[in-house]
Amino acid sequence: MELIDFFTDYTLRTITLGTAILGAICGMLGSFAVLRKQSLLGDAISHAALPGIAISFLITGVKDANYILLGALISGLVGTFWIKGIVKRTRLKSDTALGLILSLFFGFGMLLLTFIQKMPNANQAGLDKYLFGQAATLMEEDVWVMAIVTGVSLIVLLLFWKELKLLLFDADYTKTLGFNTRFLDILITTFIVLAIVLGLQTVGVVLMSAMLLAPAAAARQWTNSLGVMVVLAAIFGAFSGVLGTAISASQNNLSTGPVIVLVAASFVIVSFIFSPGRGLLFREIRFRRSRRELHLKKTLTFMYHIVKTHKNISHPHAIGILNNFQGFTKKTLTKLEKQQFIKIEEDQWAMTAKGYEEAASMYNQIGNDND
Amino acid sequence: MTNAQLEIQLIASLVALACALPGTFLVLRKMAMISDAISHAILPGIVLGFFITHDLNSPVLILLAALTGVITVVFVEFIQKTGLVKEDTAIGLVFPALFSIGVILIAKNANDVHLDIDAVLLGELAFAPFDRLLIDGMDMGPKSLWVIGSILSISLVLLFLFFKELKLSTFDKGLATTLGFSPIILHYGLMTVSSVTIVGAFDAVGAVLVVALIIAPAATAYMLTDDLKKMLILSSLFGVFSAIAGYWMANIMDASIAGSMTTVLGVLFLFVYLFAPKQGVLSGFFRERRQRLEVSLLVFLLHLQNHKEEEERHVNHLREHINWQKVRAKKVLELADKNNLVFISENIVSLTDKGLEFTDEALKYITTNKATDIEDLKNRFFLFRG
Repeated sequence: MELIDFFTDYTLRTITLGTAILGAICGMLGSFAVLRKQSLLGDAISHAALPGIAISFLITGVKDANYILLGALISGLVGTFWIKGIVKRTRLKSDTALGLILSLFFGFGMLLLTFIQKMPNANQAGLDKYLFGQAATLMEEDVWVMAIVTGVSLIVLLLFWKELKLLLFDADYTKTLGFNTRFLDILITTFIVLAIVLGLQTVGVVLMSAMLLAPAAAARQWTNSLGVMVVLAAIFGAFSGVLGTAISASQNNLSTGPVIVLVAASFVIVSFIFSPGRGLLFREIRFRRSRRELHLKKTLTFMYHIVKTHKNISHPHAIGILNNFQGFTKKTLTKLEKQQFIKIEEDQWAMTAKGYEEAASMYNQIGNDND
Repeated sequence: MTNAQLEIQLIASLVALACALPGTFLVLRKMAMISDAISHAILPGIVLGFFITHDLNSPVLILLAALTGVITVVFVEFIQKTGLVKEDTAIGLVFPALFSIGVILIAKNANDVHLDIDAVLLGELAFAPFDRLLIDGMDMGPKSLWVIGSILSISLVLLFLFFKELKLSTFDKGLATTLGFSPIILHYGLMTVSSVTIVGAFDAVGAVLVVALIIAPAATAYMLTDDLKKMLILSSLFGVFSAIAGYWMANIMDASIAGSMTTVLGVLFLFVYLFAPKQGVLSGFFRERRQRLEVSLLVFLLHLQNHKEEEERHVNHLREHINWQKVRAKKVLELADKNNLVFISENIVSLTDKGLEFTDEALKYITTNKATDIEDLKNRFFLFRG
């Protein structure tokens, strides 16, 4: 398959557009899920949608994508609010509630799916594409539905931006200001459920949660601003959707879901390591740099204590007397010399006036910092 | 009932038992979702193990896959420690990625691997009796029966050996540490047992439903008891019940056994969720209603005690004064009357001697203890509760 096919082939264009929109809406709403510490809610919702898919097929008897989405939406919402009910009304903790609803709904859904498979009805084939997703089955109208939902959720996000932002960072304060936090909570949860349900056809029930989390978790590493994070997450999501679809389309019998998830996961890995502010790489570099700095200062202080006892500060000393002190290496000594704090001649060192001043004022600096 | 049917039920019951034991501790330690992560993340381990051993029941494969599970836990904890994302996000990121790798490995090697995606999600309990263990040509029963049987016995032995330590570290980590039990060893021990159990059960019930077998019996039992031993026994019972009832339901519907076991667990949980005597939603609802009524009663009685003048104690005035709706006022009045706390003559309500005594004591209790928790008093004075 050539890259140019994306722009000429009608089906491919539809699919690419669909996954891009899907990735964008998931990234956008996923940011809220991640920041509200509801990351695993997405996992539970997507699994909880499965019985809805099966039941809507059992009732209508046809494999109409819209009915199936409606069924998935209803059962996803039932699952979500049951989770909230369990956490609120019983002593079971949220992790137990999530795991319970996730596995029980999914098990019930699988029971119904296997039941449907045995039914004497030729129509049922292809329901299991909802397990791992098959982007190839996306039609133009599916993409339209996605685009409309994305548009609506974008408008709602912008309308309630201030309130949602406040809710994310300080729910109690939001309440005291008189905003209806319950309404806001239901609003954002409903849209998250909607995004998940939309993605079921493409990414599948099992892996949909990663689609929600990964772009947002990656975007979080690059910024501390909610607005930037949402936009970045949408971009990451769209890219992983498109790239994942392209890769899975180029190979035989590869479901789209797993490939998209792996692409999104690599975005996360890259962000974890290379993001300048929070990334592991730069954190390690900063850590080492400050450790080296500390070693340097320690060596200089040690020298200062020796020099202090002499009248002439530039009186040379043997390097050997530094030996009982572990912090010094040849490198630190040359570095100190470079900064003109000491002078080295053969195996002797002598402190310069500049070095003496630096070492003496180091204590003042530290003292001032502590004040 | 044929021999194969009996064997399937036996395997299913042992799987449910083996899952219920670690599940109890996972639920109590608030680590239920870790089981979800492990059950997904072991898939690549199982597939790689299968490439090496070509036998789904081989101990090497089980150990390899269990190792993947433990590595997942370590990996999740590593990401949590970096502080880059929140705890739950770390779980949510790691397992879908590993599961995806597993699914792709299966899809790419569909011809070599005797594993299909359906089996990954649902297990192959129905086929378990056909894979038999032969020693010197002797039929020793299904292989998976031996596998899950040995896993169950090992975890039972470990449970008996370390029950005290597990209990202590589950409920009071700090105390366990000061007493010299290493929480880290216990933690990873539990994780290892969970991983091995999940791998053993994976074959029978698949990746997602093993989570149901781990969490649901324990959660259901936790709604019914406060005692760890009782909770372990109850969750084992629920697990075995779901295995047997689930098998027969699947038999009737001609559908997946694992799915039907989970559905039985789901119905069981729903039932307990609604009707559990202390923790249930309905009992909570009634308790709340009773408390509301009894607080109203107390307010009413204190009001009566405060006012000697008759116009303040007229039935109609009372309703206006305390601003209650008609039904509510009537209920409160009836309750007070039934308990002989008040008497009504010519529409004037007065406290009886018993009513006076009750309000005096209640007032004294509330003012001295700065608390409104007068359950003892209520038990002594009330013949009828709200």
